[in-house]
Amino acid sequence: MKKHKINKSYQDINERIRTGEVVVVTAEEIIDIVKKEGPVEAARRVDVVTTGTFAPMCSSGAFVNFGHSVPRIKASNVWLNNVPAYAGIAAVDCYIGVTQPCEDDPLNKVYPGEFNYGGGHVIQDLVAGKKVHLKADAYGTDCYPKRIVEKEISLRKLPNAILCNPRNGYQNYNCAVNLTNKTVYTYMGALKPRAANANYCSAGQLSPLLNDPYYKTIGLGTRIFLGGAEGYVTWSGTQHNPRVERTKKGFPNTPAGTLWVMGDLKKMKPKWLMGVSIQGYGCSLSLGLGIPIPILNEEIVQYTAISDEELFTQIADYGHDYANGISKSYGQVSYAELKSGHIKFRGEEIPTAPLSSIVRAREIAEMLKRWILKGKFLIGEPQFTLPIR
Amino acid sequence: MKQMKLVFIFPENIVEEPVTYNLISEYGVRVNILRASIDPGKQGRMVVELSGEEIQISQGLNYLENVGVRVTPLGQNIQRLEDRCTSCTSCIPHCPTQALDVDRESWNVTFDPEKCIVCFSCLETCIYNAMSVEEQFA
Repeated sequence: MKKHKINKSYQDINERIRTGEVVVVTAEEIIDIVKKEGPVEAARRVDVVTTGTFAPMCSSGAFVNFGHSVPRIKASNVWLNNVPAYAGIAAVDCYIGVTQPCEDDPLNKVYPGEFNYGGGHVIQDLVAGKKVHLKADAYGTDCYPKRIVEKEISLRKLPNAILCNPRNGYQNYNCAVNLTNKTVYTYMGALKPRAANANYCSAGQLSPLLNDPYYKTIGLGTRIFLGGAEGYVTWSGTQHNPRVERTKKGFPNTPAGTLWVMGDLKKMKPKWLMGVSIQGYGCSLSLGLGIPIPILNEEIVQYTAISDEELFTQIADYGHDYANGISKSYGQVSYAELKSGHIKFRGEEIPTAPLSSIVRAREIAEMLKRWILKGKFLIGEPQFTLPIR
Repeated sequence: MKQMKLVFIFPENIVEEPVTYNLISEYGVRVNILRASIDPGKQGRMVVELSGEEIQISQGLNYLENVGVRVTPLGQNIQRLEDRCTSCTSCIPHCPTQALDVDRESWNVTFDPEKCIVCFSCLETCIYNAMSVEEQFA
């Protein structure tokens, strides 16, 4: 006997996409559908649930091949708009990481620093079609004699530019407060002293990995929305850690799984890759990411029906504990509470704010839905799914 | 009784003149200072709320003009760049007057220049540089 009442294959779902019969809803719309119709009926009727998230994702960057010069150069150091790129790979390849600030940035010398331009901004400028100044130097070899190259590059003319992000889309994230007596400037934003505000960073019920908590449909080859174009999950992300405390329904109560993703930068849109300047912390990139979840059976649709009321995270101190590697929870809050704009903490109402944009997350889930309905975007069957232990 | 929020810009040469004192004592205008800053050797900047009879205020503003203080209405100085704003709402808790606010259903952020006291908190908080300020105050 089969484990599930509803059993659809990837091929079944893709066939329905091709013939235009497919039923796609967003991770917010599915909540009421499952409530009203129950998981079996919902799984029978709905084929795909789309998710989305838009937030700073620091472990991001792009491989750029800038083409050979005459004579040839094997670049030792590369700068893009004066932002250093990693050049310790082959002759004219480099990797521009999003948190790299530009040379001559005062950093935190005038505290808290502004970090106006960095690798994330370079990527946004490239994607926006702007010219970027490239400088490369080298020590010179018999086969690569040239010592210096300077030129203007544009994304359209580059031989290759591939977004390759080793850790994106964290499955859940901390809610940050500051328990010290002075303001701290963190990657979770400015946190006022004595827990006067709380910042969080997850799309909650719209978040990709929170809709498939055990990665039953996500792995190498999952086709996704990445930076406004089609991209892929290529591996589990760095720090992927599925072995965390979970709710009875299986949803992690702390940061857990992560994604390694890739896509062709040339096809992406600047709206979905925005360079950011985080006061006192540094530069980064906010990125739009969305995953379509194929409803293979009623178990999977039940996972996607999770709502903010049933998703929780931990309140962590970024004034002292985080910096010192102490992972201590000062309480558990639901995403419904966080999204209300206030949480109760130590008897006081404190304002909350996400770094993650709900407006953009919804827009991504809607776009992905339209792409699938138009028959342009098929569901990628993973070669293997992300590790669950 | 009239009430208005204004920004005073003091050029370097009159930073030492007791402008606020004169405004109160000579013209009878009530001055509520919302925010003030002086850059040494540069210029002073003050965000104020004035209240008083129309005639008192207009005479007071004439006086300011004569001594060289530039007066601009408050609220036109800070702008929200819609194409850069992602409605992430991280500015909201830092805005002291709720000039920046959010609808919790749609999550759209709104900016009411009438309520803005040009404190710059949003400029510092916004990671997308979606809040901008006119050049002369930057």
